[in-house]
Amino acid sequence: MNFIEVRNVWQQYDDHVVLESLNLSIAEGEFCTMVGASGCGKSTFLRLLLGQERPSRGQILLGGQPLVAEPDPSRGVVFQRYSVFPHLSVLDNVAIGLELPRAPLLGRLLGRHKREAREQAANLLTRVGLGPALHKYPAQLSGGMQQRLAIAQALIMKPKVLLLDEPFGALDPGIRKDMHALLLELWQETRLTVFMVTHDLSEGFSLGSRLLVFDKTRFDPHAPHAFGSRVTYDLPLANKAQTLPSTVKAAPLRTLQPQPGI
Amino acid sequence: MRLLNRHPDRSTRLFLVMLPFALLLCAYLIGSTQRLADNPRDKLLPSAAQMSDAVKQMAFTEDKRSGAYLLWQDTASSLKRLGSGLLISAALGLGLGVIAGTLPLFAAPLSPLMVVVSMVPPLAILPILFIVFGLGELSKVMLIVIGITPILARDLEQRAREIPAELRIKALTLGASTWTYIVRVVVQQLAPRLLISLRLVLGSAWLFLIAAEAIASEDGLGYRIFLVRRYLAMDVILPYVVWITLLAWLTDWSLKTLTRLAFPWYEGARP
Repeated sequence: MNFIEVRNVWQQYDDHVVLESLNLSIAEGEFCTMVGASGCGKSTFLRLLLGQERPSRGQILLGGQPLVAEPDPSRGVVFQRYSVFPHLSVLDNVAIGLELPRAPLLGRLLGRHKREAREQAANLLTRVGLGPALHKYPAQLSGGMQQRLAIAQALIMKPKVLLLDEPFGALDPGIRKDMHALLLELWQETRLTVFMVTHDLSEGFSLGSRLLVFDKTRFDPHAPHAFGSRVTYDLPLANKAQTLPSTVKAAPLRTLQPQPGI
Repeated sequence: MRLLNRHPDRSTRLFLVMLPFALLLCAYLIGSTQRLADNPRDKLLPSAAQMSDAVKQMAFTEDKRSGAYLLWQDTASSLKRLGSGLLISAALGLGLGVIAGTLPLFAAPLSPLMVVVSMVPPLAILPILFIVFGLGELSKVMLIVIGITPILARDLEQRAREIPAELRIKALTLGASTWTYIVRVVVQQLAPRLLISLRLVLGSAWLFLIAAEAIASEDGLGYRIFLVRRYLAMDVILPYVVWITLLAWLTDWSLKTLTRLAFPWYEGARP
């Protein structure tokens, strides 16, 4: 039984078909990068996996069960923007993930429990290189730091699946490389199943253990929306655990601390 | 250098801030002096000395009939009404705005209703309030509440809608329920906005308060102004107006300072 099973999924909005007859099976611990032209449906597919939308036809199974059609803690997500809460400090942005499920009434923990949640959050934040910024607000962080925070926020929930929607699209190249290293390092350690939408083809090749290319196989110039995208290439990439660039593999986490201004 | 690019330095700025106030004051004093020179019994533009006498009478001398210090008594009653009106409106406005702006099922019946209700001129239903709630404190507070709650609710509804969908999804993936999402994300993000909206409706709140006091009251700043109007007592009315303006400005300033101190994240987080 595969971890994620996509069975004949179609997604259309009125007459506009975005995805058609999508069939995929994905093993646990896979790192799928998804590339394709703008509007090819890769982000739509991510939203289906997230449960933000329901497929028009077909079904998606997660661990043998139909996917819950509502975002929930089993799936973590990082968006390109607006991923973190502007009104919470860096520390509380991560600690809130420990508070919300345990405090159905107040949404916050008190006393000893709060201290423990914050300690746990601080540990994770130190690991992603945000140790010195625990008490800042997100607006005081650079773009790269905010994405580090968003990743830590998603990981504190220990989700089964991590969904990344162009998480590094707004970052400049140097910082992007640091983030790749961080992400691979965390992926290797947690053995999460990761789906990442990206515009950057080389990013897709270098990060993933499997590359999915979305494109239309049929096109009618008189009805451009009549046909949707399919997965036109499904490329297994070499096992990242072995081919990881030596610099990344050798680097212990503390050297992944961001440079000032990142 | 183009006018567009010229900025006043610190001292010029201070001077420019004071200038219009000083000009207004001068214009008044000149006008007052001239009129009093023509006719010493003129009541329209009292001199500074006449006004300070009136203030002494109202604020620092016991009233012969009631034994109270009228200005302070009026201020206390007015502020009590205004404060309770603002508090009730803020609570109602936040509640309605959050519900209508966050939950689509509740927005469907609430939003159009709030638009229609906000169009009812509050002063037009003042007689109804007096009939229903009597001439006591309740109807005055209710006028403020009815006047400003729809404005607050509609503004906060809009702000709640503007919270990015990404944050809602993120909260759900972090284990939020509808309730905890509202408590930990929506209300906390709207709190500074509520204070800003309150500042904007402060003027209307004073308007409704003074209107209600003018029509049916036994004390209050609005009551006093309309009472002494019968004797053309500009020497009392003008200091009262200045006092009301000062109170309103102080409220505005403290709300502004409170926003900055209580929500340090707010300024930086706006897109």
